[in-house]
Formats: sequence, C-alpha cells, structure tokens
Amino acid sequence: MAELQFREALRQAIDEEMARDENVFIMGEEVSEYNGAYKVTEGLLETYGFKRVIDTPIAELGFAGIGVGAAMNGLRPIIEFMTFNFAVLAADQIINHASKVKYMLGGQVSVPIVFRGPNASAGQLGATHSVAYESMYAHFPGIKVIHPSEPGDAKGLLKSAIRDNDTVLFMESEQMYGLKGEVNEDPEYLIPIGKAAVKREGSDVTLVTHGKIYHTVVKAAAELAKEGIEAEIVDLRTVKPLDMDTVIASVKKTHRCVVVDEAHPFAGTAAEVGYLLQRDAFDDLDAPVVRVTLPDVSAPFSKPLFDAWFPSVKDVVDGAKHVLYKS
Amino acid sequence: MTKEAIFTPVGKAAEELAAPKKSGKKGASLYEKAVDLPEPTTATPAKLGLKKGQLLEMFESMVLQRRFEERAMQMYQKGKFGGFLHLYIGQEAVSTGTTAALKDDDDIITAYRDHGWGLVRGVSARQGMAELFGKATGCSKGKGGSMHFANVEKHFWGGYGIVGGHIPLGGGLAFANKYKGLDRVTTCFMGDGAVDQGALHETMNMAQLWKLPIMFIVENNGYAMGTATRRHSTGELWERALGYGMKHRVVNGMDVLSVYEAMKEMAADVRKDSMPWFVEIRTYRYRGHSMSDPQKYRDKEEMEEFQSLDPIERLKTVLLDKKMATQKAIDVIYEKVEEEVMDAVEFADNSPFPEDSALYEDMYSEPNPVFHR
Ligand SMILES: Cc1ncc(C[n+]2csc(CCOP(=O)(O)OP(=O)(O)O)c2C)c(N)n1
Ligand SMILES: [Mg+2]
Repeated sequence: MAELQFREALRQAIDEEMARDENVFIMGEEVSEYNGAYKVTEGLLETYGFKRVIDTPIAELGFAGIGVGAAMNGLRPIIEFMTFNFAVLAADQIINHASKVKYMLGGQVSVPIVFRGPNASAGQLGATHSVAYESMYAHFPGIKVIHPSEPGDAKGLLKSAIRDNDTVLFMESEQMYGLKGEVNEDPEYLIPIGKAAVKREGSDVTLVTHGKIYHTVVKAAAELAKEGIEAEIVDLRTVKPLDMDTVIASVKKTHRCVVVDEAHPFAGTAAEVGYLLQRDAFDDLDAPVVRVTLPDVSAPFSKPLFDAWFPSVKDVVDGAKHVLYKS
Repeated sequence: MTKEAIFTPVGKAAEELAAPKKSGKKGASLYEKAVDLPEPTTATPAKLGLKKGQLLEMFESMVLQRRFEERAMQMYQKGKFGGFLHLYIGQEAVSTGTTAALKDDDDIITAYRDHGWGLVRGVSARQGMAELFGKATGCSKGKGGSMHFANVEKHFWGGYGIVGGHIPLGGGLAFANKYKGLDRVTTCFMGDGAVDQGALHETMNMAQLWKLPIMFIVENNGYAMGTATRRHSTGELWERALGYGMKHRVVNGMDVLSVYEAMKEMAADVRKDSMPWFVEIRTYRYRGHSMSDPQKYRDKEEMEEFQSLDPIERLKTVLLDKKMATQKAIDVIYEKVEEEVMDAVEFADNSPFPEDSALYEDMYSEPNPVFHR
C-alpha cells in the first residue's frame, strides 16, 4: 500500500495497464506534451512516446469517434476528456456508436474503450462547466459508469475499466485530484465494476452516495455522530451497474435512507435508488427515502449563490434527521 | 520515438526530441514561430479616414482593456474572486480595431476570453470588475463571471465557455438579421483552437449556402492552451475558407490600424453582398491560458519578440510620431484609465452579492416557473 494522490493513483493504473498491454493508448487534449490539463498523465509521454500518448485538437466528437473505431479494430483506447462537460460534444459517438455497435452488428465487434475525465462541478466555473452527467449516460444500455470517490477505488476500478471489453465511462473530479489515500500497489489488484462499498458502519440511517460529494457525506456522518446518530455510508463507486444488494443490505439494518447525489434531481441516480428501494425493500423502510441533490437550476458563478446551490453538510444532516423524524 | 509517432510533434517538443536535454545543445531548428504576422497596413490614419479624436479613443480603450485585466489579475491573486480568468492582454488591437470599424448595431459574439470585448462594447469597467467579483452589479448579475461578459443591448452577445459552441449562435444571429432585413453584420470571433471543432464547419457551410451576413474571425494567438496552432490544426487556418468557396483574409492583429482597415473593408463588403467571410487575425497572448498555466510550451525569446510588437506601444508611437498627442497627453490617458480601473475595483468590492433568491431567477421567462424538487 502507498499513500497517493487521486491523480497519481489514476496515473499508476494507466501506466500499469499500458505496460501490460501495448494496445492500450491514451488520447485527449493536452495529455501529452503539456502532461495533462490536471497532470493525470504526467510523465507518460516520456515512458511511452508520442505514439501512445497523443495530444488531440479540440475536437471531442472526432477524437472520441476515432477512439471508438480504433477500439472496434482491436485497440484499447483511453480517451481523456478535459471534463465531461465537453464530452457532450462527443455524445453522439458515445451514445449512438460506442454503446450500440456491438448490439446492432449482432455481436461481431466489441468496443473496449474507456472515456475518462472530471465530472460535475469544480467550484465557480459557471453554468457550462459544472454539470454532473453520470445518470444521463447511465440511462443508455451498453454503457458502464464508474464514479469513485477515493484514490484506492479509483486505481482498482480504472484498471478494471481498461481491461473491460465494453464501453466504460470513468468519472473523476478536478477537486479530488490532489486528495490523498491508501492505494494498493499490486499491479494485479483490481476492484470489480458494479460493487459498492460500505465506507462507514452505522445502525441508524443509510447514506448512499458516490463521487466527490462522498466527502460531504463523510463530514455529515461525523456531525450526526456528535448527536448520537450513527450513519452507515454506502459509496456506490459504480453508478451502472448499480449495486442495490449492498444498499438494501444496509437499509435492512438501518431502515432509513438518504441518497446524496451531486446532480440535478430529475431522473438522477438518487431517483433511481429511491425507486428501487421502494420496489425491493418497501417493508424494510421506516420512512420515505429522502434525496439531497442540486436544485433544478444551472450553476451560478457568484460565490454565495454557488454555495447555496451546492449541497452542504447541513443539507445531508437535515436529510438524515428528516428520515429519523428528528427535524 | 519520433519515427513511430502517429502524432508528429513540432515546436518545442520536436526541438527537445532533436536535441536531448543532457547535451544541453539545441538541435536543428524544427522550431517554428507561433504565428507569422502578415505585413501591417501601410495606410496612414488619415488615409483610413481616422481622425485624431478617434485614434485617441482607440488608444484609451486599449489601455483600459490592458489595465483592467492587470488589476483583475491582481485581485484574483488576492483572492477577491475565484473560477477561471483568461486574459486578453496582447490581443487588444483586435477588439479595438473591430469595434472602431463596425457600426454600433453590428453584432459581436465571442468565446470566454471576453473582457476586452465587453469593455469595447459598453460594459463599464465597474460592471466588468463587479462581474468578475460575482456581484449583483456585474454585467451578467454575477451569474456568469469572467467567461460570460455580455451587453446584449449594445449588440455584444456574450462570451461562451464551450470551445466552438458559440459559432452556430453567431450563424443564428446573422440568420435573424437577414430574415428581418436588418442591415447588420455579425462578427463571430473564436480562438485558433475552435477552428478544429465541427461546429465551425457545419456553420460555415450553411452560412455560405444561405449567404449569411457574417464574418467568422479567428483570433489566432498561437496557442490553444498549451498546444501551438501548428500542432493542433493542419495547414493554414485561413485555408479552411477554400473548401467552402468563402472569401477570406489574413490580418495583422498586433496593429490596430491593420485590423481597422481590414474590418472596415470586409464589413462594407458583407453589407453589399450578404456573403460571409472567413478571417484569420494573427495575434499573440502575453499571459498564460488562464491563471494556472506554467507556460512551459513556449520560449522566452518568442514572448520577447511579440512583446516588442505590443499593439498599445505601436499605436502610441503613431500618435507621437504624427504629433497627434504629446507624451503629456498620453500620460494623462494612463492616469485617467488608472483612476477608472481603481474606481471599478472599489465599486466591485463595495457592491452587494446577489440575494439567495437570485439562484432561481433567470432560468425561465415566466414569473413563477416550476422547479423540480
Ligand atoms: C468543447 C471544449 N473542449 C475543451 C475546452 C477546454 N478549453 C478551454 S479553452 C481551450 C483552448 C482554446 O484555445 P483557443 O480556441 O485557441 O482560444 P484562446 O484560449 O487561445 O483564446 C480549451 C481546450 C472547452 N472549454 N470546451
Ligand atoms: Mg488560441
């Protein structure tokens, strides 16, 4: 085990997989000569050269699609988006092509590709740079969506994503790249896609979350503990496939659930978890499931408005108290 | 490494490859300058029909854009505001020459490097600085920040943060002008990086097909973030026009008179023929891409070369040489601008932040929209 930053954990995963399989290459804006907009790919050019660490023009649709075609033709591309906010320009390639080619050609091809980069907001970057896209992509069959919250998970899951034979979207956060955590350095250590993790045990309420906002939830659990409320935190890690077994096992214990999701409320991950809980764990619930999300409003720039917009520790604490009928 | 590269490096990377660092000696010069400036215009201000008063106004405007951003940078470093801050410093001749050449109701739309564009189109230094600070008194009520200056009343349709995303909008502005029979020219500015986006090409095709009164204008400042223009785009940028049979021109963007002359002629041509232009204005950005750019991708020599071509200094020389201004008069302009910018900082600092209720305002047009909860 080593203590690594999130970006270093990702780099280690990419590095190990590139060393392991020469069909793996990485492509994206500023990944090569500039060493990555957020320094995830730092040093990879030196090791693997310009053939496998490729700077692209600002042409998301084009290079995402070149990735899909290359994947169909036997390579294993890692496509870095500077953020998933820019991946919407490539949505046609991800949604209409990567996710569907295998099916519509009757299984004749596979698309073993990873699209990765930061997702959701990263402070005051304004309306077009702050969107959480995981549930949008999870909506589509044929796509796996990973959104880890800690360096150790990030490494193990990214390695699994690169080895996966289908399209995987791997989401990070600009604000997590510097975050440190324990990382397993065994090059064969993989975390399976689609497995949630219980990150904190507690018997009073289950807090389901994923991605960067996990860290808000951790703080909320500490606040709740001060008031004698023990929260159990389930970090989904993978949004799709969604590991409801782990969520339900926790809810069977706590009987109460708050889903904390850094996305807009409509048809988000929180909505999906809430529906599945009422379908599959109705009798175990002592209160309706509550969700804490962004409001149904685009991201504002101004600091106080941004702070009001982004879900706070207090919002999570209030949510937990609400399902405990303590508010 | 070079031999097997799909992506053949040019510029600094190539240079380093040719001469490995440890030898300490640079190899054969594969290094190319970021942009080759075309010759500036030889026309005198008088020949261009520019009066002394106009030139002084242009000079003051350029100084204001420069000082505004230098102060903004300081305020950012002091922690007065966060988010992105992309500075236009070095490119002021483009905004200034353009607005001087256009009519006031000609339309302008641009990308996120937009402070200069706001300032030349009626965003006051106060409103601009307040926007950077995220204050309710900002030109976009503090909701947009640095990337989204706008003054729609003055036909400045704003700055946009998705590279290439605003280009079709420019096409739409021109479409509406033509539809309504308005005698307005749309100028759609973009960075060299945006030239690689499909959005430009789709819009150029329709603009040529539908004879839209628009100019697609690239501010080629040599770099898209850390990637030199020659490393991200094949051939010359202006050559994109050829595929669409579009009129085109390359302009020296370090010389405000050259920009003025070219824009004046092309705008008149668009008004006459209602046919689009594709224009490459070559310029240079003196600062990093944003505030967090170590700028390892370019050399000091290149920077110094372009700094010696500073558009503000150049116009100042014209003013002094032609005896249109004394050094004293120039100093007075600097002092006036300095006061204006300091006043703007104070104004921004003292302005209120938006009320929390503003979070839910401006999402829809109706007074009480439904928000999903
Ligand atoms: C679609 C999209 N992809 C990537 C980015 C990230 N990005 C912001 S600015 C920029 C470089 C743009 O360079 P250029 O068009 O030359 O404009 P300049 O910054 O030089 O004014 C990049 C890659 C973005 N904002 N939008
Ligand atoms: Mg540029």
